[in-house]
Amino acid sequence: MGGIKPDHEVDAGARRIPKVWAKDFSFFYGKNQALRSLDLEVPERSLLTIMGPTGSGKTTFLKALNRLSDRVPGTSHTGSLLLDGKDVYDKDVDVAELRRRVGMVFALPVPLPMSIYDNVAFGPRKRGITSRKRLDEIVEEALVSAALWDEVKDRLDSPAQNLSGGQQQRLSLARVLAVGPEVILLDEPTSGLDPISTLKIEELLRVLSERYTVILVTHNPIQAARVQGEVAFFYMGELVEKGPAASLFVRPREKRTEDYITGKFG
Amino acid sequence: MARDAGRGESHGRGAPGRPKKRSGVLGVALVRASAALAVAILVFIVGYIMLRGARLMTPRFLFGSPEKMGREGGIFPSIVGTVVLTLSSVAVAAPLGIGTAIFLTEYTREGLFSRIVRFGTESLAGIPSIIFGLFGFLFFVIRLGMGWSILSGSLTLAAMMLPTIVRTSEEALRSVPDIYKETAYALGASRWQTVTSVVLPAAMPGIITGVILAMGRAIGETAAVIFTAGSSLRLPKSIFDSVRTLPVHFYILAREGISFENAYGTAAVLITAVLLVNLAAYYVLYRVSKRRAGGI
Repeated sequence: MGGIKPDHEVDAGARRIPKVWAKDFSFFYGKNQALRSLDLEVPERSLLTIMGPTGSGKTTFLKALNRLSDRVPGTSHTGSLLLDGKDVYDKDVDVAELRRRVGMVFALPVPLPMSIYDNVAFGPRKRGITSRKRLDEIVEEALVSAALWDEVKDRLDSPAQNLSGGQQQRLSLARVLAVGPEVILLDEPTSGLDPISTLKIEELLRVLSERYTVILVTHNPIQAARVQGEVAFFYMGELVEKGPAASLFVRPREKRTEDYITGKFG
Repeated sequence: MARDAGRGESHGRGAPGRPKKRSGVLGVALVRASAALAVAILVFIVGYIMLRGARLMTPRFLFGSPEKMGREGGIFPSIVGTVVLTLSSVAVAAPLGIGTAIFLTEYTREGLFSRIVRFGTESLAGIPSIIFGLFGFLFFVIRLGMGWSILSGSLTLAAMMLPTIVRTSEEALRSVPDIYKETAYALGASRWQTVTSVVLPAAMPGIITGVILAMGRAIGETAAVIFTAGSSLRLPKSIFDSVRTLPVHFYILAREGISFENAYGTAAVLITAVLLVNLAAYYVLYRVSKRRAGGI
């Protein structure tokens, strides 16, 4: 991966600190509480799937982590939400830098109205990289990592809107990879995709979780079971249960989890 | 039109009693008639002017200099004056108007201040153009000593165009999907970077359409221009020279009875110019809506 590998250091001592760590974290939209005293640890270079029905606080958690929720007026929080042991809400946190470190892919693919190349180069350019050679490298690496390079290498200058839905979503992923993130958040990234494109993305996530900390949000228990890794079940803003996919789906400890994965509600 | 009419009729048929049906038919007929009348008025005006003036649109008339106060010769200086005056007013009004629109949509929440700014620009739209002319004359021409010049005229016209540009740019900026902004922010872009590299390009076609439509109105403006840009028949050499725009030329030719024939010729040129500008605006809109349909 060369230049766009996460550039932070991981020494033996720091390894015990979770990459992402929510401690008694609650989040409010005005008076509505969207997250209830969440305690959640996500180790470095792992894959966590957050599963839960609509309104369970999954997206809120992601948008709190990269502070996109700052854009919504009237929000507040209590407790702490740590990235590498540092609260993302600390006063001295540079939000643009935080969002570079915590990348996000949205539910619907969002090709910015520009070329494929410019989409991927968007983040690096905003960080002041102007050398065409350097940008070329970053764009190629990111597209290769997102398993899109072979499909688009001959038409990097054509509008990103011309790509298929699945390609657009992998482009969104490449765009995130191009800024060299440490954590990658994906908010229902396959909800608009066909089964084959979905499988492609899921496979990609497993590969990426060897290099990045990946947090996937889905309402679909089957997807959570497919991508393996750790699974956290959110319900009504609460973390109900968390564990490896293999055991959580076979022997859920909580009745609510069992009801959800067996399709009794949700 | 046709679809609305159909709906009206079927509604009438379904309703009990005859009178209702008849009133529906009458209503539809009235609506159709007004639409037909609106088009007819346009066709009549354009047709009448063209019928009397189109044959004058010869190269000699278009590119010649006026002689004997415009009784003979061409209207070249007026064409140049109109183009230069319109373009320089756009050069002033577009950055100002687009800037205001960006401020209103991206840099302020809806509040007292944004409402005052919006109310102010919209009030500008309601001021009669002759008042703009008077203001431009007193302020730019006399007070600031710019004299009758392209400069005075274009500043006055710019003030007139401002509301249109602000309004249309604001709408275009607001119609940019929020997810574009969210995506840019999520990639670590600052607000300014998001506005300049994502929002503005996405809104540009709508903004350009608005600017072109504002230009179309500026081209035909008479009252505000005659007081500020003057009525010199000479070819302007700089923006400090006075010019006589096409509408002003038409006005003087007709009003002083110099030459009705040349007046109609001038009117035909003017109408053609306005039509072309409007067609350009719709072409931009059409191309964009076609591209958007294929996109997201």
